[in-house]
Amino acid sequence: MSLSASQLWLIPALPLLAAAIGALTPRGGRKLAAGAAILALAGAFLLSCGALVGALADPAQHLVHNFSWFDLGAGTVRLGFLLDPLTALMCVMVTFVGLLIFIFSTGYMQEDANFTRFFCFLSLFAAAMLGLLVANSLLLLFICWELVGVASYLLIGFWFHKPEAAAAAKKAFITTRIGDLGLLLGMLWLYDATGSLLFYDAGQGVLENAALATLAGQVTVGGLAVSTAIGLLIFCGAVGKSGQFPLHVWLPDAMEGPTPVSALIHAATMVAAGVFLIARVYPLMAADQALVAVPVHALSVVAFIGAITALLGAVIAVAQNDLKRILAFSTVSQLGYMMLALGVGSWVAAIFHLLTHAFFKALLFLGAGSVIHAAHHEQDIRQLGGLRGPMKITFITFAIGTMALAGVPFLFSGFWSKEAILHAAHGWSVSHLPFYLALVAVVLTAFYMTRLVMQAFFGRPRSHAAEHAHENRVAMTGPLVLLAICAVLLGFLGTPYWPWLQRTLDPTFKAEAGGAGLMVLSIVLVAFGLGIGWAIYGRHVRATATAPDPLAVRAPGLWAALGDRLGFDAFYAATVFKLNAGAAAFADALDRHVVDGAIRLLVRLGEFAGVVHRETDEDLLNGGFDAASRGLRAGGNSYSKVQTGDAHGYLRAVALGFVALVLLVMLGGGR
Amino acid sequence: MNAPLLSLIVLVPIAGAALLGLLRQAQPGTVRSLSLGLSLSTLAFGLFALRHFDPAVVGPQFVERHRWMGALNVHYFLGLDGMSLLLVLLTGIVSPLALIASWRIPQNPRLFAALFLGLQGAALGVFLALDFVHWFLFWELSLVPAFFLIKLWGGPGAGRAAYQFFVYTMGGSAFLLVGFAALFVATGTLDFLQLAQLARDGTLAAKLGPVGSPAATFVFLGVLLGLAVKVPLWPFHTWLPSAYAEAPTPVSMFLTGVMSKMGVYGFLRLLWPIFPAQLHAIATPLLWLALAGVVLGAYAALRQTDLKRMIAYSSLNHLSYCLLALFAVASASGPKPSADAAVSALSGALLQVFNHGLSAAALFYAVGLLEDRSGGRRGIADFGGVRTAAPIFAGLTGIALFSSLGLPGLNGFVGEFLIFRGVFGLAPWAAAVACFGLLATAIFLLTFWQRVFHGPQAGATLAGFPDIRGIEYAVFVPLVALMIILGLLPQLLAGLVNPLVSAWAGQLVLP
Amino acid sequence: MTYSPLHLCLLFSSALFCIGLIGALARSNTILVLLGVELMLNAANLNFIAFWRYGPPTAPGTGVIFVIFAIAVAAAEAAVGLALVIAVYRHHRSIRLQDANQLKG
Repeated sequence: MSLSASQLWLIPALPLLAAAIGALTPRGGRKLAAGAAILALAGAFLLSCGALVGALADPAQHLVHNFSWFDLGAGTVRLGFLLDPLTALMCVMVTFVGLLIFIFSTGYMQEDANFTRFFCFLSLFAAAMLGLLVANSLLLLFICWELVGVASYLLIGFWFHKPEAAAAAKKAFITTRIGDLGLLLGMLWLYDATGSLLFYDAGQGVLENAALATLAGQVTVGGLAVSTAIGLLIFCGAVGKSGQFPLHVWLPDAMEGPTPVSALIHAATMVAAGVFLIARVYPLMAADQALVAVPVHALSVVAFIGAITALLGAVIAVAQNDLKRILAFSTVSQLGYMMLALGVGSWVAAIFHLLTHAFFKALLFLGAGSVIHAAHHEQDIRQLGGLRGPMKITFITFAIGTMALAGVPFLFSGFWSKEAILHAAHGWSVSHLPFYLALVAVVLTAFYMTRLVMQAFFGRPRSHAAEHAHENRVAMTGPLVLLAICAVLLGFLGTPYWPWLQRTLDPTFKAEAGGAGLMVLSIVLVAFGLGIGWAIYGRHVRATATAPDPLAVRAPGLWAALGDRLGFDAFYAATVFKLNAGAAAFADALDRHVVDGAIRLLVRLGEFAGVVHRETDEDLLNGGFDAASRGLRAGGNSYSKVQTGDAHGYLRAVALGFVALVLLVMLGGGR
Repeated sequence: MNAPLLSLIVLVPIAGAALLGLLRQAQPGTVRSLSLGLSLSTLAFGLFALRHFDPAVVGPQFVERHRWMGALNVHYFLGLDGMSLLLVLLTGIVSPLALIASWRIPQNPRLFAALFLGLQGAALGVFLALDFVHWFLFWELSLVPAFFLIKLWGGPGAGRAAYQFFVYTMGGSAFLLVGFAALFVATGTLDFLQLAQLARDGTLAAKLGPVGSPAATFVFLGVLLGLAVKVPLWPFHTWLPSAYAEAPTPVSMFLTGVMSKMGVYGFLRLLWPIFPAQLHAIATPLLWLALAGVVLGAYAALRQTDLKRMIAYSSLNHLSYCLLALFAVASASGPKPSADAAVSALSGALLQVFNHGLSAAALFYAVGLLEDRSGGRRGIADFGGVRTAAPIFAGLTGIALFSSLGLPGLNGFVGEFLIFRGVFGLAPWAAAVACFGLLATAIFLLTFWQRVFHGPQAGATLAGFPDIRGIEYAVFVPLVALMIILGLLPQLLAGLVNPLVSAWAGQLVLP
Repeated sequence: MTYSPLHLCLLFSSALFCIGLIGALARSNTILVLLGVELMLNAANLNFIAFWRYGPPTAPGTGVIFVIFAIAVAAAEAAVGLALVIAVYRHHRSIRLQDANQLKG
């Protein structure tokens, strides 16, 4: 049976339903919550297999099902689902690995009181991740991208009463959000330039030739092609989500979450979403390859960032002592490899490595989880030791995972996928620097993994917890075995002699001959790394937990710097956080003193005007009126003094007046 | 429609307020049910209007137009279009929930309910009136009950906050009044639709003066100032943090949910249609002011220790997005593709108006519950590990918080996305700067979540923190349900406003 | 210098007026003040008769009518004045004019 594009929505819908069930299940309903989650994901797995069958029927086709979400202007905002080999393979991987991790979690989270909530969030994550994979619209992808981020936030901070976990969750969200802002801007630009966000839409989609030609043809800021600019902005999102340099700082801290979370989200799936995104929009990223006059090509940036990250992660991992943090930095490094592969032009190699990495990294994390669970949550490898005796299944599967990661030749999948990447890097016409960086990282990868295995599993138990460790239940060891089998078998899907995977993903893929020399070189490097690792850490496994690391003795400054993760966190704290806090203080001070001060000034002016008004009224107007009235009264008073009561006086006045009148008549003109 | 539906919408709450004022001997139970019923009337009428509303018609529907003051050419003119319907429904949802939230207030519930209903009626009057006289009447009338509600039932700094709020807003409104008086003298009409028509066909420019002339500029600035204070537009916003913080929880919910939207409505109904050319002329400085509101608002929120002030600044940030969209549209010049971006920006602004009302009201309610449970404390340092003690409360608040943050899948995303899409198409640099606002919003909201809900139990949580119970569900659950539903099905809102917004963009006069 | 009868009459009436005025001004006895006032009135009457008899010809009876009215008014005024004097005397027991000075401001 095969799935068609219009039925793809079922794949994320099942886990979403399980999440809803989990949200409404009370604390005691463990079986219900876990059962719903596992059944839903199993169903999604079967559907994904169906989708794969459907996609394999015609690997070159992009089968779509687009639909309208809501009205906007004359048209609508459209979303869609896409069925092609990339989607189908990713879905199969995610559901399968997820299923195994879900089963593992039933054992690992046994003692946790918030069991049901855990499975609710896990299902939510699975739904969002699967939605991301089947999306035919950058908008739908972005929506699921953010939801995946939220699920990651909820899961990293699952033990939220621990301040470190709460802080780590916030750090993860904020750091990825910085990258997501770039993705948002890229998406808006793309929408503005092409009027659509659908990838494939009967010739109108943004990954189809018409749109790509337009985007590559336009030039923007700094002489960059528009497609380059958009591609780089979208890459910002991938940098954040996939823990590339310089936004890698959240990934090690994310290990505060329960180990199944680290396995699922921060090893196999969510962090791979960045790689998937670039692979999905690869035509857009590669649109500027033909242009000569541009200052930079999008994929070159991807390649260099990937190479730097690959080396950076490996170097820092060498000096870590926490089991999960070594694996976290290892993930950072491996993601760098994938980005490198994308950048040098071989996205199929990147996806191949993504798929193999998902299995063996999940295996390693689950193995670490098994160890941690057995050793009562002891995570420091210096405190472990001698576990290979009591925990045989864990040890063997962990060793298989290690060999796959290190790239032990032929038998293990990691070797073939890494080979493909190195081959592509070697053949890159722009520069060989990423290739050399990748080679150094190969050595370091083998080295630090050997260090880990030697210290954790060999020697004598160095702590109480290690002494009393014993193998875990089938629920936990079963998935380990299954993953180990996949870690071996999967490689055979992509060997240069039978590149089934590559050809399925990209029907135009041509296997190149002449890779034997490179293969020999990488085998030598891997052997070198394993050898040195065994020489330093395996011949004389450390005796006590507090003994200094042999390398720390030889290069204490470097060791301390690496142990401190090369000071990125401190640097960001001193710059970005300070800047942020400064901006906040500035904004607040601006409000309180400047803007509010201006208002207070206006209020004072208003009050002053009021005072002036009052004074004018009372003193000027009222007072003036009063004074005038008083004057009038005084005048009246003084005038009344004319009335003397003296009759003779009146008569005298009459006489004088009469005389004056006569004189006036006589002298004044007579008639 | 023969029944005067719109007059009923406006007058029932006001009449209810008067009724409550008269019933001196009413029992608390009677007061509660009566006030809730009267408040729900808005929602009931609004849903009725929704059923009979035709989204394809761009002009006002359910029109009531009667001659009022003949000598001044003033009519009693009420009309409902997509934007007003959206706001009526928002008021209809937020008001009853705020009233339910007020049932915990012990002092003088009858007077509180009466004042609140008066406030609700005044807000509805603003959203439905289409002639300046009674529009302004309701605009000013809304200040009076708000003042008393803040002053009499508010926190320790309530008196000062209430005075500042009242005087500041009234000061702005004075300029608005003068501006419209000048418009009346120039054109002889106070009808918004007629004025818009005069602006469109150039008559207004002929009568008032061309764009740069002193008369036109003063009138425009007067109207702008009056509206800017209400939204608020940076830097006329300093009344907002104190007023929102000191007001009692239900009043804060209403202030942020409905009253702030009155300002945005004013911009879209009055300023832009009547003064498109002047708005275009100063669009770039206004864009900077809106950006200041977005970025500085979010960063200032980061710095606050009082939780209500933090949410208040977040309101400033979200409303500035709406203004950003409008100003970006106003700044548009150039070829036709701008129309797509303009439609997107305007549609986003309207959706954001509705969605922000819901999420901000929910957040204020959550902070109100925190304040209640802790005996009046609402500093960020006063709590810790609330999620351990009250997981359901934490879950519901978390959904509201992520909606405010703009998480896709919840209602806040669609509006923000459309606004950014539109602004990017019209003024890309503004969209890039506004991204800092998004980042700062994420930081402060998550910091709030981390300090209050995560971590070990501390502060007021130690003394016991009961989970959400009884009537509190009745406030939270509808809001959260709407957040999820509208996040998944934004067509419910977009369908109402899309023709209107398309028409506006179509009328965009591009110089 | 030849004085016409008119001149003589006018001189005579002026002298009478002045005597009457001085009398009214200088005497403190109210009745004598009234006497002075009477003299002034009669001086004026004499003036009118002089002009009637010796002045330019006018309508008959012009001056005489005026004099008859004046005599009647003078008589009335004398009656009223003397009545006032008696009333004031009853109150103040004095007929000195300076003593009746209470009507002042």
